[in-house]
Amino acid sequence: MRRFLLRRLAAIPLTLLAVSVLIFTATELIPGDVARTILGREAGDAAVARLRAELGLDRPIMTRYFGWLRGFVTGQWGDSTLLRVPVRDLVLTRLGDSLILGALAFALLVPVALTLGLVAGVNHDRPADRIISVAGLTLGAIPEFVTGVILLVVFAVRLRWFPASAQAPDGASPLTRLGHLLLPALSLVLLCTGYVARHVRASTVNAVESPYAQAIELRGFTRGQVVRRHVLRNSTIPATSALGVQLQFLLGGLVAVELLYNYPGVGALLLRSAVEKDLPTLQATAMVLGVLYMLIVLAADLAYRLLDPRVRLGAGAS
Amino acid sequence: MTTAGNGGGVEGPAAGNGGTAGLSVEGLSVAYRTGRGAATAVDGVSFHVAPGETYGIVGESGCGKTTLSRALGRHLPRNGAVTGGRVRVDGVEVLDLAPADLRSWRAASLAVVHQDAGGSLDPTMRVGAQLAEIFRLRGLSRAAARAEVPRLLARVRLPDPVSIARRYPHQLSGGQQQRVVIAAALTARPRLLVLDEPTTGLDATVEREILDLIWGLRSEIGAAVVLISHDLGLVGRLCDRVGVLYAGRMAEEGPARDVLTRPRHPYTAALLAAVPRLGESRHARALTAIPGHPPVPGEQVTGCPFAPRCAFADDLCAESAPLPEAAGAEHEVRCHHVDRLPDRPVPVDVAAPSRTGPGTPVDVAAPSLAEAGTPVDVAAPSLAEAGTPPGEAVPGGPLLEVRGLTRRYGRTTVVDDVDLTIGHGEVLGLVGESGSGKTTLARAVTGLGTRGPGTIRLDGQVLPAGVGRRDARARRRVQMVFQSPDASLNPSHTVRAILARALRSLRGSSSPQELGARAGLAAHLLDSRPGRLSGGQKQRVAIARAFAGDPGLVVCDEPVSALDVSVQAGVLRLLADRQRTSGTSYLFISHDLAVVGYLADRVAVMYRGQIVEEGPAGQVLHGPHHPYTASLVAASLARLGEPGGDPGTVPPGRSGATGCRFAARCPQRIDGLCDTEDPPVRTEGSGHTIRCHLGTGDLPRGTPGAATGAAPDPAKQKEDSPA
Repeated sequence: MRRFLLRRLAAIPLTLLAVSVLIFTATELIPGDVARTILGREAGDAAVARLRAELGLDRPIMTRYFGWLRGFVTGQWGDSTLLRVPVRDLVLTRLGDSLILGALAFALLVPVALTLGLVAGVNHDRPADRIISVAGLTLGAIPEFVTGVILLVVFAVRLRWFPASAQAPDGASPLTRLGHLLLPALSLVLLCTGYVARHVRASTVNAVESPYAQAIELRGFTRGQVVRRHVLRNSTIPATSALGVQLQFLLGGLVAVELLYNYPGVGALLLRSAVEKDLPTLQATAMVLGVLYMLIVLAADLAYRLLDPRVRLGAGAS
Repeated sequence: MTTAGNGGGVEGPAAGNGGTAGLSVEGLSVAYRTGRGAATAVDGVSFHVAPGETYGIVGESGCGKTTLSRALGRHLPRNGAVTGGRVRVDGVEVLDLAPADLRSWRAASLAVVHQDAGGSLDPTMRVGAQLAEIFRLRGLSRAAARAEVPRLLARVRLPDPVSIARRYPHQLSGGQQQRVVIAAALTARPRLLVLDEPTTGLDATVEREILDLIWGLRSEIGAAVVLISHDLGLVGRLCDRVGVLYAGRMAEEGPARDVLTRPRHPYTAALLAAVPRLGESRHARALTAIPGHPPVPGEQVTGCPFAPRCAFADDLCAESAPLPEAAGAEHEVRCHHVDRLPDRPVPVDVAAPSRTGPGTPVDVAAPSLAEAGTPVDVAAPSLAEAGTPPGEAVPGGPLLEVRGLTRRYGRTTVVDDVDLTIGHGEVLGLVGESGSGKTTLARAVTGLGTRGPGTIRLDGQVLPAGVGRRDARARRRVQMVFQSPDASLNPSHTVRAILARALRSLRGSSSPQELGARAGLAAHLLDSRPGRLSGGQKQRVAIARAFAGDPGLVVCDEPVSALDVSVQAGVLRLLADRQRTSGTSYLFISHDLAVVGYLADRVAVMYRGQIVEEGPAGQVLHGPHHPYTASLVAASLARLGEPGGDPGTVPPGRSGATGCRFAARCPQRIDGLCDTEDPPVRTEGSGHTIRCHLGTGDLPRGTPGAATGAAPDPAKQKEDSPA
């Protein structure tokens, strides 16, 4: 177990190195000149050249890459060329906000998807299962920006149950803030529920039809007792890896949802810095998201290992 | 229905009016809903089992055994339903119970032990907690339930119950898992105990321990016991009465010794003829498989369902279904021609193991000598059968020579410095319990699995350890047949494509049709995919594929262990035929001594990575032999209820320690010698080597069971069979 953790932790810097190369190359490939974008169309060539030198854009690409990498590792992430503030504070603050939204979505996703998956699995091939499976598939096939818009129009604009903006006014109570976050979180949940529920359903069907579930039922337990005490655990363990995958999906969904609900998170930041060619912000945001991705995968694998005694304890007596 | 009012009172024996004690099944019919209407799987089955009595149900796969067993606990799959008849246990009409009553009846009166013990336990829960849960269901407090668990585990003779209770199922061996499942069955005093293939998949030694345990508990709990098994020997040893199920109907029913020694139904007789007897060689008797297969549930059957496969069938059989007829005391047969079956006992050891005395059937040398002239391939005379050590007389040396082969998984040495020789045209049987290294050794020979020290020579040439580094010719010369053809045949290819591909890669000169025909595959099966074939047909495809080229050696790893006896007989016969016509050598692995003894010329016995004995099949099985071999022979022959059968669990491997590996379990251990010094390899007769400290006179021999102190008591044998 410890060896597994060490190995996985050691792999993170290596993977990040590869990610950094990809991010740096990708940002280099964005068309248009950064200095020109910043200064505007009317600026003179001399001014643009001066800014280029100031930003270090005239240096060779390798030098810039290693300079940037060193800066990232040591915490010197530079200043945003757009907002003129230190990138690190900017990204980390926005990340915090995004994590709040993501955590809320996750907190909604887990019970909803587990319940639906269990209900579908226990009643497999019955109407309840078909409704849940078809609904999950349908919702999963609609992009989050579409469901987001629909939710926005129905619940915020027409019914006025929820505010249209995810951003609560300063000094609002936690409950008010939660109300603001509910619609964006919901559009993320709708996207991911189907997938996770399908996984839970499949492992539930396996567990319900397993010889042990039948043996336990034959000992005189009710179906409900069998499901609560045995099926539940056996069906959720394999679903942890599906949750990990969906969590990453959820992160990607933040971009559109944050933009839609005008929420100041990393997703919105990433999009804006890409559009505005704010390279330091873009690169740092992408790297931070990369780290987050990897930690999520690790956490999911770790959770699976901790939950499943067969993996946790390895093979015992042969 | 005088007992209807008794439905709620599920505890206690038959209360008063009308109920008989034990299990009564009357006219039970079960059908499944399928796409093509209702398919009857069990058809009007009736039998009675008194408390304390054991009733065996035998028959091929697909004859309704499992459906019947599930109907007894009213636990049919969702698409199955009882369409008629009744099941009464101590007067309780099980089929009429309301759901809540059914649950309490199951909790109080039913115990079921399934085939796959590991599968019957929740993998994510400690076994102690799983047992405690059952006590909780019976109303015990949390603390009391927890206190009961070690006591219960001790009852099923598990050592160190406290530590076992804390383990998860995967941390237990197969035998330990089955004990836990039996323990679960003992939390109450069940009135009906259903054992559904309880020892299938377990080693002979472990099987014996489990059966001894069941046997001991049987009298203790006094329940009606139903044993479902495809193993006729097991049923013969354990059961008082036997019912032979065919196509969902009871073909024959009666006292076990009558049914299994003097079968009156051609189906029973055919099943018995398909079982290889311990010590019987392929040279002495060709096993007779039953042609065809049982009708599929739902198939329209007019007349006797067995008629299409029956050697005695005539027009009458095709027209009308026979009714049960008395064929002796409490012995009923459904056959129009009970008189046609020769009324002589079938010489089967299943019900009379004591007949396997020294000398009688365990005598391979004589028939094989007579047979020695028959092999077609001149280059492959079966010299080994005649007792000549292989490799000496055959020009060009042995086919396969393994020297000092060692294979490790991590720090565990699985195969430890093994020497092995297989002559041209020779069948070497490899036996030993699970974990002894049989499969690892076989995989090493084929170049699969981990690499390690040791040399493998084929036709005198050293083969690289890894199959990828062997040249094409060497790869073609060594083929493998796996236990599970499901996993070794590509499910998306047709049989024809599989065989054609093998012919290309193995440079075979025949056609898929010919290859299939030689393996006994009907031509119309060639265009099917493996998913549509039966287990036996799939294994035939795997064998046909192995013989696509001109293999020198075919490694068979438990090729028949997953098959029904009748199918097994066909596959064994095919293997014997292919060997005879092609002169190919086999390395044949099986945990079934009778099967190994049937096919093999020589037998090697493996224990914890070492070959402890090797020699001509007859000598090895007959003795004098290694105490471990003796225990294997005893386990496969032993009757139940004999004293001293529980050697307990094996201590964990002491790799690197000195002394005989079997010392800890050996009943003839010499303290101070066996546990400290490596035993010498001694020679017993021609080409027979034994790794043991005991002198020739002290080695266990012939009489099975003598070594373990469980000598069969002739008085207790069910051996009414006249000689």
